[in-house]
Amino acid sequence: MITRGFLRRSTDSGQLIRLPPGQHVVADFPVLSAGPTPRIKTGDWSFALKDGVRPVKSWSWAEFNALPQTKMTRDIHCVTTWSKFDTAWEGVLVDDILADAGIEPPTGFTLAHSYDGYTTNVPTADLVVGKAMVATRYEGKPIPPDHGGPARLLVPHLYFWKSAKWINGLQFTKKDELGFWELRGYHRYGDPWREQRYTND
Amino acid sequence: MNWQNAIITRIETQSLRVKSFFFRLPEPFLFRPGQHVLLRLTAPDGYRAQRSYSIASAPNAGEELELAIERFDDGEVSPFMHDIAQVDDEIEIGGPVGGHFNWTPEDGGPVLFIGGGSGVAPFMSMLRHRAAIVSRVPVVLVFSARLREDLLFFDELSKLAASGDGFSLMVALTREAGAHPFRAGRIDAEFIAGIVGAMRMRVRQVMICGSHPFVEAAAEGTITAGIDPAIIKTERYGATGLQAEVRDLPA
Repeated sequence: MITRGFLRRSTDSGQLIRLPPGQHVVADFPVLSAGPTPRIKTGDWSFALKDGVRPVKSWSWAEFNALPQTKMTRDIHCVTTWSKFDTAWEGVLVDDILADAGIEPPTGFTLAHSYDGYTTNVPTADLVVGKAMVATRYEGKPIPPDHGGPARLLVPHLYFWKSAKWINGLQFTKKDELGFWELRGYHRYGDPWREQRYTND
Repeated sequence: MNWQNAIITRIETQSLRVKSFFFRLPEPFLFRPGQHVLLRLTAPDGYRAQRSYSIASAPNAGEELELAIERFDDGEVSPFMHDIAQVDDEIEIGGPVGGHFNWTPEDGGPVLFIGGGSGVAPFMSMLRHRAAIVSRVPVVLVFSARLREDLLFFDELSKLAASGDGFSLMVALTREAGAHPFRAGRIDAEFIAGIVGAMRMRVRQVMICGSHPFVEAAAEGTITAGIDPAIIKTERYGATGLQAEVRDLPA
């Protein structure tokens, strides 16, 4: 339905090609989260890899930062319809975490866990082959706490709630187990180009 | 997402920057207080803009849905709603959505709500529902605004607080220079600690809604006052520009 009196604001065509349906470009970086911002000291930080309930390996902050570091500049898309172009991140590719743990992905599904109890599910195939990282730096600086620091997951090709803030582990699961927002009405997969915002989209 | 063409039945000015829009839904839906809906505007060339707004009306308010929309000058949807939308216009509404920032009296109490400006909207739905089902679950609403005239829903909230059913209202004004009976200044840990102490029972749930800086400050104050972070739920929208319309959701 066309809305009476509503017109598109001028947007250049170069932007439009990069913009998934229903999104608009922002210059700043909005913060959205379900609870208070956890304050995690890097000295207390650790990251664990699990296969089901079995711990595979864990890393301290220093150990994690000694892993190969990769830079990734990507457009990010929030389900609330904002998109931000060319965000520059640095961290450890999920591939390099697995390599350091000496394993191949044991299952097709992964659940990311965060310090505040948040979880989100991502198919393992969407985390490997250079597609995703655990980011520790944003725009050349440590990630501020309200943006998910010390470390957050970065899965830029899916809606940004999949890029879990305050991450402290990845867990491989036998089946696709829904995470926090996925249990509360949001889409299981969350592809912005197919506008998979809500459960039945 | 289920979309329907809702009709604007009424527009009421709430404060300098907030208007309430009342919609008649062809297919009224059930929702939980605290849930939001999406407004979707479509241009003749197919361009769409979509934002979400908390529902301010109670689930049992009949087929009319109330949304309190704050005008953000740089936005796409709120200036359209304030400046162009009229009674009898059709607007696409999707939802309801949001399964986190919800509360009904059946969830129990005592609960502490902290709302900043138009962030009071989801609490209106919760409080109206609580009053409609004659609940006496203890609730305190701390309502912070810049100026006296920014206190949307104030008359209704005052009436609810005067009914003696276990709801109390505390108002803090951050920028009001004139004399007023409210707390002057920001919500801090000491203020929250005083309220929690006066509630005399263990607070079961704290819910905070407003702009991101407001929610950060209120959450910080609440935690400093000794509240367990695990019982705090937040809902926030960006402080400036376009994102100011975005109600809290996953990112």
